Amino acid sequence: MNAMLSRRMLRQALPFISLAVVLIATFIVQPRTMSYFGLNLMLQYAVPIALATIAQMFIITVNDLDLSIGPFVGLVSCIGATFLLESPALGIVVLLVLIAAYGAVGALVHLRNLPSIVVTLGLSFVWLGIAVLILPSPGGKAPVWLKAIMGFQIPIIPFPIVAAIVIGVAVHLALMLSSYGVIARGAGGNPKALSRAGWSMLRTKIIMYMLAGVFGVLSGLSLLGLTTAGDAHVADRYTLYSIAGVILGGGEFIGGRVSPMGAVVGALTLALAGSFLIFLKISPDWQIGAQGAILIIVLALRALVSGGEQKR
Amino acid sequence: MSNQSIRLDGVEKSFGAVRALAGVDLSVANGECLGLVGHNGAGKSTLMHILSGNLTPSTGELSVGGTKVSGMWTPALAQASGIRCVFQELSLCPNLSVAENVRIVHRNLKGFGWKKRASDLIRTKLDAIFPGHGISPDDEIAGLAIGKRQMAEIARAFTVTDGPLRLVILDEPTSSLDAVTTEQLLAYIKTETARGTSIILISHLLGEILRASDRIVVMKDGKTVAGRQAKDFTRNTLVAAMGSQADERRQVAAKTLEADVPVLVMARPKAGGSAALEARQGEVIGLTGLAGHGQTRMLLQIYAREHADVRGAVAFIAGDRQSDGIFNLWSIGRNITIGSLRTLRRAGLINLAAETTLASDWKSRMAIRTPDVNNNILTLSGGNQQKALFARALGSDAAIILMDDPMRGVDIGTKQEVYAMIREQAAAGRTFIWYTTEIDELSHCDRAYVFRNGIIGASLGHDELTEEKILQASFAEHAA
Amino acid sequence: MMKPTLSILRRQPWVWSFAAALAVWLITIAYTGGQGATAILTAALSFATFTIIAGLGQMMVITTGPGNVDLSIPATITLSGVVAMKVMDEQSSMMLVGIVAALGVAVLAGVFNYFLIRLLRIPPIIATLSSSFLILSTAISYGRGIRIKPPLPLSDFATARILGVPLAAILVLAMSTVIAVILARTVYGRSVLAVGQNMRAAWLAGMNVDRTRFATYVLSAFLAGICGILLSGFSGGAALNMGEEFLLASIAVVVIGGTSVAGGRANVPGIWGAALFMYLLVTMLNTVGASAGVRLILTGLIIIGVIVAAGGEEQR
Repeated sequence: MNAMLSRRMLRQALPFISLAVVLIATFIVQPRTMSYFGLNLMLQYAVPIALATIAQMFIITVNDLDLSIGPFVGLVSCIGATFLLESPALGIVVLLVLIAAYGAVGALVHLRNLPSIVVTLGLSFVWLGIAVLILPSPGGKAPVWLKAIMGFQIPIIPFPIVAAIVIGVAVHLALMLSSYGVIARGAGGNPKALSRAGWSMLRTKIIMYMLAGVFGVLSGLSLLGLTTAGDAHVADRYTLYSIAGVILGGGEFIGGRVSPMGAVVGALTLALAGSFLIFLKISPDWQIGAQGAILIIVLALRALVSGGEQKR
Repeated sequence: MSNQSIRLDGVEKSFGAVRALAGVDLSVANGECLGLVGHNGAGKSTLMHILSGNLTPSTGELSVGGTKVSGMWTPALAQASGIRCVFQELSLCPNLSVAENVRIVHRNLKGFGWKKRASDLIRTKLDAIFPGHGISPDDEIAGLAIGKRQMAEIARAFTVTDGPLRLVILDEPTSSLDAVTTEQLLAYIKTETARGTSIILISHLLGEILRASDRIVVMKDGKTVAGRQAKDFTRNTLVAAMGSQADERRQVAAKTLEADVPVLVMARPKAGGSAALEARQGEVIGLTGLAGHGQTRMLLQIYAREHADVRGAVAFIAGDRQSDGIFNLWSIGRNITIGSLRTLRRAGLINLAAETTLASDWKSRMAIRTPDVNNNILTLSGGNQQKALFARALGSDAAIILMDDPMRGVDIGTKQEVYAMIREQAAAGRTFIWYTTEIDELSHCDRAYVFRNGIIGASLGHDELTEEKILQASFAEHAA
Repeated sequence: MMKPTLSILRRQPWVWSFAAALAVWLITIAYTGGQGATAILTAALSFATFTIIAGLGQMMVITTGPGNVDLSIPATITLSGVVAMKVMDEQSSMMLVGIVAALGVAVLAGVFNYFLIRLLRIPPIIATLSSSFLILSTAISYGRGIRIKPPLPLSDFATARILGVPLAAILVLAMSTVIAVILARTVYGRSVLAVGQNMRAAWLAGMNVDRTRFATYVLSAFLAGICGILLSGFSGGAALNMGEEFLLASIAVVVIGGTSVAGGRANVPGIWGAALFMYLLVTMLNTVGASAGVRLILTGLIIIGVIVAAGGEEQR
């Protein structure tokens, strides 16, 4: 019993340990990063990645997968750089429609019992298409207030770290501690038990998909604040990053086992790993490969740690 | 009738051509514990799913607290009316803690401090029912042993927040409980009924039913066939009312094997114990004991040849057709021939003509009722699907056939045909290792092993295979 | 009454994909007034060929059951193309060596995938994603800035036509036939279908689940390897982004072609119909002057439409 408990704690601690290892390794390789500005620069893009990862996590909570989150983030950045800039009211309406569309997809997936992978694969083309229609090539301009938010400087602790912690804690409160979070996770763990207890699976799925839409919007806007111009393809890699982040953070594809703090930490690890590899002077050729290797190592460690647990 | 907790009138339910309930009248009074018994497939579980709102009856009426239910009866309504159900398959979310699982059934456990309230609620209830349970409200369900999960689920059914607690349905609640916790539960049932809560207790352990119930209703073939005060029943009259054919104890005499008949299987349960299973050529070996005490694990061990010395090819006949046996997308023929593909090859490719011949041959030998073996397997009734699984195993070149309670939910006619086939094949030299939950079926076995907590507790000869002896052996450890 | 309806329904997906391809082609030539009707078809066959090869591998993997997908196909295509070009080094004498080397690394990639899935117990989607990063890096590093042309015989072969039909398409037709036969008439093929429907039942029915899945991931990588070699021959050399478009395309043709995403049911002709349809659709939209955005949106809506029409698979 005790061994099992500590195994579980180890598994939950693994994302944080991985982050610490990457962070320390970065400091050792490049001591100058151990500063306010160094961290600020390195973790800049952690905020949009973390938000996209959280969006993905909501979908994974109910045993689905979203292959469209990357293009969706790109689309939001295009809308932010055009509609939202020129006519804020219209921009907001468009973004709300997008969130509603996410909810509708959730309903469709549930009602017709469709494989989410295929539906969201198709959806990714749709998002990309709309984005390309709005901005055929990168352009537009980020609203001033967005740039201001993302360029916000807090004394002592760099903004991205604070933002990441705030995101992680807020979602943790909602999904892990609130009474409705229990229903959402239970829907992933044993949907039958949930409907037997009289909860609507349809409603749960719609809400989770809409939450994913909300966080996708936040991710796109924060990314726009950093890049300052809209680009349909800016976040193409986010789909993969977000899935990897959730899994790195201790989440599982099936069974409603997710961890918001872990997901944020997983996203930070991925963002940091990129910088770390640059400092390590690994040839740029091997940058992506090294990220793959990090993913594999962490997941292999997890398989090792939870090895005993699997056999109930 | 204000004393009436719940009442069913003329309830019928059909699944396609299968009639699970054929007009059931049933009522439970407040503060009454009603025992419900019947063979597998008598309709008990269907009835409970109707009461809990998970199935809608084809016809019939339902009244709660003396008021007729009009309109849709849903799980949410059942919850709100204070009807709780402990199902055979666990209804807990494995990824959530015990307290979080309590929240799922109580809509008003929300807002600030809900977790503390949920924890207190379940802790108090667990303490009341199972003193010394050793379960913490923060434990994740997946991390709990099966018995503790069942305890948590039972305790959850009895927790009360704002709504009333009218009726608790316990469907085989003790299947994973040990003797001590079973006693605790039976004692608690009395406490709870004294408070006015009604309880329906379903169990195949007649002793439990006789002790805990005020009144007992017997179901058979989707109908209630007897209903009397518990004190008016004895084990024997109960068994008689269930219409068990236990005493067509069979003509089949135990085979006396020559000393030189080879041993084909020698296996020792991984869970330990001193006894090992041994099966010789042509024998039909039964595995029995309480459900889920390591019999299936033993079969899988033999199948995977772990800690098992197996001589000859092995085939496995699943009992849980949907999850272990049938390939839904395939025809009946393909479902049969998959066990023999290697022998159907000519020059590396499967010979389709030979495949069809094999399938039709076994279709007629097993008397599978279908016009065409090319029809999808799901066009068959459950019993005929099971026959197809038998055909798959018997049509293969396997010398040893493992059977994992294969007659679950199979009609009596099919059963008789299959029994005959098993005897015929055994006589021809095939070895059968047969896990069954139906004691009657053991009369077709030459010998049987009684499993208890994962190990072999006893080995019984053909003439010792009586319900009493088996139950005794199943409980031997608890009695000691 | 049920049976004919059911079996017709079951065949519908690939009939549809061909019908849709035909319809799109007819619209296109109606628009151009019959001009270039055969040229369009020839081009469609040429380009669809590569999607079909990659799609066949993806189909096998997806057929082994829910959760199985090979995201490393694009990276493997790239690596095999790069290796082939570099080893051949524009010399036709090295062609065979180059082909063997390219297919060799592709097979290694497949072995590596299953190693991650089985021994490290990483879910396939993440395993093949991670390995694709490594494979792609290998390709980038090995092929640094290469601009090596394929040897003449290879590019001749990849672009050759017999009576207007691309030779490569005929080769791929043969490969498709072989795969269809494998699925229907070998123990391995039946195992793939059985494992895809129900892994546990397949094991209990005597199938070797591990070997089946292993072989399938290797087969998928092998086919990606062939695709890489042919594509480099066709397009005058390897490029580091040559595999990119096949990530979504390989999955899309499998789905549109009527293969069950829940596993256990494969559809080889459907892949052809779907690949032709996707190419012809783009041609049609180009012809009528639709923008890139509209093309993408329509592609997406069609994928969603197909899966909705195919309806709720019996998912377990």
